[in-house]
Amino acid sequence: MKRIFSVIVENEAGVLSRIANLFSARGYNIESLNVAPINELNLSRMTIVTEGDENILEQIGKQLNKLIDTIKVIEYSDDVPYVEREMALIKMHTDSSTRAEILRIVDIFRGKIVDVSQNSYTIEVTGSSEKINAILNLLEPLGIKEIARTGKVAMSRESKQ
Amino acid sequence: MSGKLKGAEIFIECLKKEGVKHLFGIPGGAIIDLHDAIYKQKDIEFILTRHEQGAVHMADGYARSTGQVGVSLVTSGPGATNAVTGIATAYMDSIPLVVFTGQVPTHLIGNDAFQEVDIVGITRSCTKHNFLVKDVKDLAYTIKKAFYIARTGRPGPVLVDIPKDVQTASCEFEYPDAIHLRSYNPTYHGNPKQIKKVAKVIEQAERPLLYIGGGVITSNAHKEVLELAERLQIPAFTTLMGIGAFPADHPLSLGMAGMHGTYKANMAIQYCDLLISIGARFDDRITGKVSEFAPNAQVVHIDIDPTSISKNIKVDYPIVGDAKLVLKELLSILKDNNKIHQNRKKWLDLIKKWDSEHPLSYEDSDKVIKPQYVIQLLNKLTKELDPIVSTEVGQHQMWVAQFYNFNKPRRFLTSGGLGTMGFGFPAGIGASFANPDKQVFVIAGDGSFQMNLQELAVLATYKLQTKVIILNNSYLGMVRQWQQLFYGRRYANTNIEVQPDFVKLSESYGIIAKRVEDKKDVEQALTELINYNGPYVLDIKIEREENVYPMVPGGAPLSEMILT
Repeated sequence: MKRIFSVIVENEAGVLSRIANLFSARGYNIESLNVAPINELNLSRMTIVTEGDENILEQIGKQLNKLIDTIKVIEYSDDVPYVEREMALIKMHTDSSTRAEILRIVDIFRGKIVDVSQNSYTIEVTGSSEKINAILNLLEPLGIKEIARTGKVAMSRESKQ
Repeated sequence: MSGKLKGAEIFIECLKKEGVKHLFGIPGGAIIDLHDAIYKQKDIEFILTRHEQGAVHMADGYARSTGQVGVSLVTSGPGATNAVTGIATAYMDSIPLVVFTGQVPTHLIGNDAFQEVDIVGITRSCTKHNFLVKDVKDLAYTIKKAFYIARTGRPGPVLVDIPKDVQTASCEFEYPDAIHLRSYNPTYHGNPKQIKKVAKVIEQAERPLLYIGGGVITSNAHKEVLELAERLQIPAFTTLMGIGAFPADHPLSLGMAGMHGTYKANMAIQYCDLLISIGARFDDRITGKVSEFAPNAQVVHIDIDPTSISKNIKVDYPIVGDAKLVLKELLSILKDNNKIHQNRKKWLDLIKKWDSEHPLSYEDSDKVIKPQYVIQLLNKLTKELDPIVSTEVGQHQMWVAQFYNFNKPRRFLTSGGLGTMGFGFPAGIGASFANPDKQVFVIAGDGSFQMNLQELAVLATYKLQTKVIILNNSYLGMVRQWQQLFYGRRYANTNIEVQPDFVKLSESYGIIAKRVEDKKDVEQALTELINYNGPYVLDIKIEREENVYPMVPGGAPLSEMILT
């Protein structure tokens, strides 16, 4: 079972290492990990995608909370409506035979070309991980040079009432 | 105090504010300024050990025997890495320590400088938290935080790494009175609704059983546990760490459970219908085969650490909180109606039957000295003294747990979680510093004692009331027992007949010592050791191949005990 954890932490030296260490020391998997400061003073938000059975996921949540630098742990599962997004930069080999097809695919996925050269495009695309996977599938036969993905970030949806 | 102080002076002032009286360690290049500041004052006594591991174990024994934070100061590099085993030992047993390490100057950090090691990185997974102080302005607040984190919630060791230039830089000194950390707020009060529910299941239980761990000692909840047990007539067993939290001589006491637990305690676990765990963590040495542990029981778990709950065993009624506060609340709910199930007598009779079928026992001998006999005799001879007993790790540790009756908390010091050979002797010394009026008996195996015997020098220096009893079988006995039982008697690398003459060794330090090889001399030798005013080492040659029983083989269910 996959689960997304958002962890609000003190933005202190070593905090990333504490989190990474927790996962490796207890044998939990990290599928993706994203860290960046947020608007509140000295706080960072980490989004961790991990996998395990219900017991392991419960332990991961508790262990994350136990770290002294952790302020808050938010778990996203199907019970809690949430939005998740991921961004990818994709560098493509291009030639006259592939340019038009690449542009069409980028357009369908509402991506952007952010850098162009004689024989390459760099594409920016944002969406759910499934969407990113889908565009990568379509681009693959056209000649992908490099991929950089951010890993998921997530946030709960506000109540609509 | 106002005006500018040097980092080293701030260090001293902070320790004074925290009420630190003893500091254990060894000096070195990176903490020479701290030692200079120590030299210039009189409130804190520095205990010079002979190895940093010994220093941290002493601070640990100090903490275990008093409940106060133990403090150690070691230098950078090898000083810091030598301390790691001590820190990990305290971490596994939730012992409050603050360990200060020196560090190379900030501008050299990361340069592979002389005696540099990333001790904050190394100890991340064996401390509750750790700090590198990069600016002298942060020093006082960091030390305050370190003590606060070490002793609150589920206690544990905290490491503070202080670079040399931070010790020499100056700033205004101000020690904060209170502290608030937005990211650290342990839960002390249990959920009242949950406590009410638990009160009800306890009243309804036919065969309830108390499972008492070290958390009861940490939270000072032994009186409340006893009251709960007596009022509702609930039998109780302890873990190794919980020994002393429930009086061993009490009729409701089942002794210790688990791998070398009593038959009645292990059977009670398998037959109880309600298991009430307080301040314990369902360690594999207690549960045996997890899937067959307490198969008939609903489980109540009271613990201050949420990660301990439902980690190994699915818990039906979790209560996160401080054991003492939760039990007080529980007892107040149970107050008006001490409903005891009509079948309670049946349950207690069943336990009595188990006890009479297979009590703790051993086959005594007149030809050789049985270790159990020594412990029983020591128990008898020292009962009135209310001493502290510290052990190393191995067979002798289990014999003490089984045959010495502890009736009060903080009297039995042992490395439970990490199982650190070499812990008991320095821990006993640390306990002596904290309890100068008490006798401290260190029960050691000959293998364990050799792991930190350099601390005889501390004993010789301070002439403490620390008495060492070596149960000498010239084997690494516990491993030898496993080899005998499960590895076809192939005693690979467990025979340690080549060893120092412990008597001559002790005497070379100026410590009185004696050897006993004949059973008829044991009582007199023990009496002499007990009555001697000062340190004493007694080397007792015991039956070489005596085993610890009962024994639940690793990974087997508790009901599958090897009894003899």
